[in-house]
Amino acid sequence: MGEAKTYFFRDMSVMLGRSMRHIFRSMDTMLTVCITPIAMMLLFVYVFGGAIETGTGNYVNYLLPGILLMAIASGVAYVAYRLFIDKQRGIMERFHSMPIARSTVLWGHVLTSVVSNVISIVVIILVALLMGFRSSAGVLSWLAVAGILVLFTLALTWIAAIAGLTGKTMEGASAFSYPLIFLPFISSAFVPTDSMPLIVRVFAENQPVTSIVETIRSLLSNQPVGTEIWVALAWCLGIMLVAYFFAVRAYNRIVA
Amino acid sequence: MKNAIKVTGLQKSFKNTEVLKGVHFEVRPGEIFALLGSNGAGKTTIVRILATLLKPDGGAAEVGGFDVATQPGKVRHAISLTGQFAAVDEILTGRENLILMAKLRHLDQPRQVADGLLKRFGLTDAADRKPSTYSGGMRRRLDIALSLVGQPQVIFLDEPTTGLDPEARIEVWKIVKELAGSGATVFLTTQYLEEAEQLADRIAILHEGRIIANGTLAELKSLFPQAKVEYVEKQPTLEEIFLAIIGKKEVV
Ligand SMILES: Nc1ncnc2c1ncn2[C@@H]1O[C@H](COP(=O)(O)OP(=O)(O)O)[C@@H](O)[C@H]1O
Ligand SMILES: [Mg+2]
Repeated sequence: MGEAKTYFFRDMSVMLGRSMRHIFRSMDTMLTVCITPIAMMLLFVYVFGGAIETGTGNYVNYLLPGILLMAIASGVAYVAYRLFIDKQRGIMERFHSMPIARSTVLWGHVLTSVVSNVISIVVIILVALLMGFRSSAGVLSWLAVAGILVLFTLALTWIAAIAGLTGKTMEGASAFSYPLIFLPFISSAFVPTDSMPLIVRVFAENQPVTSIVETIRSLLSNQPVGTEIWVALAWCLGIMLVAYFFAVRAYNRIVA
Repeated sequence: MKNAIKVTGLQKSFKNTEVLKGVHFEVRPGEIFALLGSNGAGKTTIVRILATLLKPDGGAAEVGGFDVATQPGKVRHAISLTGQFAAVDEILTGRENLILMAKLRHLDQPRQVADGLLKRFGLTDAADRKPSTYSGGMRRRLDIALSLVGQPQVIFLDEPTTGLDPEARIEVWKIVKELAGSGATVFLTTQYLEEAEQLADRIAILHEGRIIANGTLAELKSLFPQAKVEYVEKQPTLEEIFLAIIGKKEVV
């Protein structure tokens, strides 16, 4: 057992290398992850944008945080897919019958999810720059934005891991992501919440996406973040810890 | 080490179904041991317990001299598992699959190990292709090759020929026979009596949660009382022995 521990980092890098190869061998999946949010961004900016009153001059600036969250919400679905495949094809059992640090089987996929989502976020930000996105944020604010996005990615990745580890079918394992992808629509990601009917508005203003979007928006436009950032962090950390707990529990059931 | 595998009183239930009701057997180092049983008999369950993937409800099991419950890490060093369905990474090439295994076994020269196995299993030409382009037999060969990385002492093959065409089956038989020559212990499960007859030094028959017969082919044949005397004496096939034993138990 002690021996498996000493190999943790070595096994981890092997597992990470494996699933990163999966990512780079299937660039089409990467593209899919980027293309939908970019298409949404184009649609909102060039089709609906003129009709949406956000109170800020630059609608791309207003829109980008929500688009990034949407990209992450659809990007994490691949963790569910890859874990499901490993479980179903017996690859997980093969790994578990080997003298390795077992937890790296799970962590390899989780870290790969973070890396691949960071890549798609960078791509989307570059496209946004072409479309007129501008930010006056300093290095610290950008670091804070990066930190929040990584936390959000981890939180959703662990949710995806639960689905991948417990799903009985491929459809079941990936169905979880649809509500996640649509959460930004019922938030202040695309339009301010003021115009929404009361019930929708109460939901929109109190769900995690709104606080995270508003925090990122403030950071990028160099505005004070107020207490919103703590609400956003609490949501990210809370979701992450709860999802982590259930994912590890599901994983240990498989490992037995 | 007297036994490569020693199983005593193994019990396992899933919800309300009692799958293993006290399984006993021993496997000597270097032999090919076949666990024979029909579909759903509990063969995979036994393999998973021995490979430290599943905890038994009762009884004990030792593999390579180590207890599966208390020293699973040591057991994993000693074994390899080839599951019932080929567990190969579809996105990596054949060679990369082997290198992955070599790295996870912490071997010094993963690439050389991979090349050696590719050659031995006639996969050198297919080495840089994905397994999705392989035939069923090639996939199974790669799958078994993955299990041999690091030269484990005890090799588990769970129904290695199920779903293969006759030609591929003969290929796998050849590989298994060669494995025995290398000094490793091979524990294989099968539903095919002929396969057990062909490959195994010793055969145990698992039926309704227990081992109902265990011995060499000759010993199993001697269990069968009425050697038919016809024009020439006909040796009973294992199938007849199997049916006879099961028949007897069910009458009792
Ligand atoms: N994880 C499980 N949960 C519930 N039942 C199971 C599980 N694994 C196996 N079984 C049941 O145990 C019995 C034996 O299964 P198995 O060991 O796979 O048989 P075999 O490999 O001999 O075909 C079957 O009836 C099967 O349905
Ligand atoms: Mg089976």
